Amino acid sequence: MRKNQIKTRKENAMPIQDLIGKEIPPFEFPIERGKIKEFADAIGDDNPIYRHPEYARKTPLGGIIAPPTFTRTQVFWRPGPSNFEIAGLDRRFVLHGAEEYEYFQPIFAGDILTCTTKITEAYEKEGKRGGKMIFVVFESTFHNQRGEKVLISKSTTIQTGGVVKN
Amino acid sequence: MEKKGLYFEDVREGDEAPPVVVANVSRTQIVKYAGASGDFNPIHHDELYAIRAGNDRVFAMGMMTAGFLSHMVTDWVGDGNLRKYKVRFATRVWPGDTVTCKGKITRKYKKDGKNCIEADVFAEKQNLEKAVIGTIIAELPGKTASGAH
Repeated sequence: MRKNQIKTRKENAMPIQDLIGKEIPPFEFPIERGKIKEFADAIGDDNPIYRHPEYARKTPLGGIIAPPTFTRTQVFWRPGPSNFEIAGLDRRFVLHGAEEYEYFQPIFAGDILTCTTKITEAYEKEGKRGGKMIFVVFESTFHNQRGEKVLISKSTTIQTGGVVKN
Repeated sequence: MEKKGLYFEDVREGDEAPPVVVANVSRTQIVKYAGASGDFNPIHHDELYAIRAGNDRVFAMGMMTAGFLSHMVTDWVGDGNLRKYKVRFATRVWPGDTVTCKGKITRKYKKDGKNCIEADVFAEKQNLEKAVIGTIIAELPGKTASGAH
């Protein structure tokens, strides 16, 4: 399995900066109506535009759309190793540092997006409470089935020197 | 119940968003988000795993709180109007926490003929610690541009 080829940072003497430019092969990410509803339920958002086709059709957008952070779920849909594994991070000590989205076009239920990801930043920093912290930024670009760029997202993953207490 | 959002003419710098409150975050809610998102990192649902990794108990995914915050934002600025959403995760949300999502317009401007606002947004816990802190840019419809006048 590909999973076993991924080395953890300890086994891997490669400097963290060498991760920059590493690409994750493009893959298809279908935007499913049922998953949109489930996601909206999970964030407690009762907006009918995430659920009711009749309602959505009458809005200026004209259809059921995905909530702003829905596309983050691509990392769990994607085949192959996880972001943690790709960067060789220990998931017990990984925190989600930041997340950034730039929206170009609405994303509709039924769209088939293509997602391309690369690592754009990777660096180490001394943590405030001692221990090295590793920062890795994954940038993903999403295009829809018509080839239109719909979204760019940037996700910052941090590996702490140990468990963070707050 | 039509969700109207804001008109550019009606907003001013300093205006605040109607807050969205998520009371008493539960483990069930965390599991629901795990299922909806596919995030099955056991640190968020397996108490023993979370404790063995040095935590007191399980804690919510940052993206779940970012989702609560985005709900406040889209109810405020209107569906399809968000252009940028940027957040950082400052402290964690634990089962039992109550999260209040707030926003305030920091800048109103026109750019390339578009009606834009920028706002500071954050998700705050009952002890006033901010769990998620961010900024947004939204493009608002204008009353005149819509042909209403």
